[in-house]
Amino acid sequence: MTKEFKRPDGRKVDEIRKMSAKVGVVPNADGSAMFSFGDTVAIAAVYGPKKMHPQHQQDPEKGTLRCTYNMLSFSVTDRIRPGPNRRSTEIGKITGWSLEPVIMIKKYPNMVVDVHIHIIQANASTRCAGINAAVLALAHAGIPMRELVSSVSIGKLDKQLVVDVNKDEEDWEEGEGATDIPITMTNSGKLTHLQLDGKITTKDLKEAIKLAEKATKEVYEVQKKALKESLKIE
Amino acid sequence: METPDLTGDRIKQYLKEGKRFDNRKLDEFREISIEGGISSKAEGSARVKLGKTEVLVGVKMDVTEPYPDSPDKGNLMVTAELLPLSSERYESGPPKFPAIEVGRLIDRFIRESKFIDFEKLCIKKGEKVWGVFIDIYSINDDGNLVDAAGIGAIAALRMAKIPKYDAKNEKVLYGELSDKNIPLRKETPISLTAHKLGETMIIDPTKEEEDVSEAKMTLGGTPEGVISSIQKGDSKELSIDEVNKILELTEKARKNVFSKIEKLLK
Repeated sequence: MTKEFKRPDGRKVDEIRKMSAKVGVVPNADGSAMFSFGDTVAIAAVYGPKKMHPQHQQDPEKGTLRCTYNMLSFSVTDRIRPGPNRRSTEIGKITGWSLEPVIMIKKYPNMVVDVHIHIIQANASTRCAGINAAVLALAHAGIPMRELVSSVSIGKLDKQLVVDVNKDEEDWEEGEGATDIPITMTNSGKLTHLQLDGKITTKDLKEAIKLAEKATKEVYEVQKKALKESLKIE
Repeated sequence: METPDLTGDRIKQYLKEGKRFDNRKLDEFREISIEGGISSKAEGSARVKLGKTEVLVGVKMDVTEPYPDSPDKGNLMVTAELLPLSSERYESGPPKFPAIEVGRLIDRFIRESKFIDFEKLCIKKGEKVWGVFIDIYSINDDGNLVDAAGIGAIAALRMAKIPKYDAKNEKVLYGELSDKNIPLRKETPISLTAHKLGETMIIDPTKEEEDVSEAKMTLGGTPEGVISSIQKGDSKELSIDEVNKILELTEKARKNVFSKIEKLLK
């Protein structure tokens, strides 16, 4: 890694933006949480387990984890038309896949656990913030889980790997341009989610995963702290 | 979960004695809080809480074509989404009537109050005007989302800055906000909804109270007492006396809410 590399916002290459997390932001929900990377802010709420409707989607073998992801129309500079779109549908599905390995969903045959994720303010890495909020909301709802998952995006700007990509970096055009690699890992170091857009060598990708392993540990500490705070008795 | 009949009957019985479960007076609002700058990507945004009820409202702007019947006026579009995140009662899918109703009520409230000076949002007559988009999202529904949305819309509009516009390339330079506010009238209008529960009229119902409401009336007006929009909702009839009562109740509440909002927006 070259020392001269300068990130647009002056962060070190392996520096995550200031994170914050809070549990219990939606009183109506069975579990809820907020998670932010700098000015990327996500909230998530969990409802369930409850009986799956429509009935034909019930699975007698195990419960269903149903995740939806949505960006508020004013979370980005160009207003998004409210309602689902192809991108949000896909991210919802991927979020579900990233969470399911740690959720003991087998305990809930014919039931569904609904996870609703909304991005209030976006400055890239929104799906990672969403997953981090969602797993906190699930824990807050008391859904039995093996462990937490933590998510972070790794970027390759030209030839430089960086942790926690922001919008300026996502739009990086110099040299080889930007490669965006959102990664989600369990606390024990297993991958539950990996995406990549751009171009990267196998060697660099291995390096990126190593970076993510270290960074997700930092995310985990923030998540753990938020959960502990929510249990504090006054 | 819908409020059970037993609770509903008790609510009405209490109201007969002028009492509410949370000790409020009939015309008393829950605690109002307003937080601005929820999204730096919005031209203006606000989080409004009425007790446990919470909404997010954002204002976005874009340069669009004017409508043929108002070639020298800016456009307004208000949408509301009742997110499944905010209550177990809401499901995802195309907007159902309650969400459409909130959007429509706030749209007419803003439009008819003439709060926005649309003529000043004209860039080139018949060709280019600013469009103002107000988007409302429910975060937690504990009753009276519509009044929270009205307060949020007013707050977000007052805090909004118009983005810079590159007239030569016909491009809105998002992210580069000018120091220009949206042209607004000095008098801030307020939209309030009164509900009829049994024989009693109240404002700012909790979800439990809203569930046993038989009729409602949403009024937009200024604290000086000028009303510019009304909509009666739900199928129960109202007597003239009851309507008069609602007018008095909301007029008083409007003044209170207005002074609270002014304090919070300072």
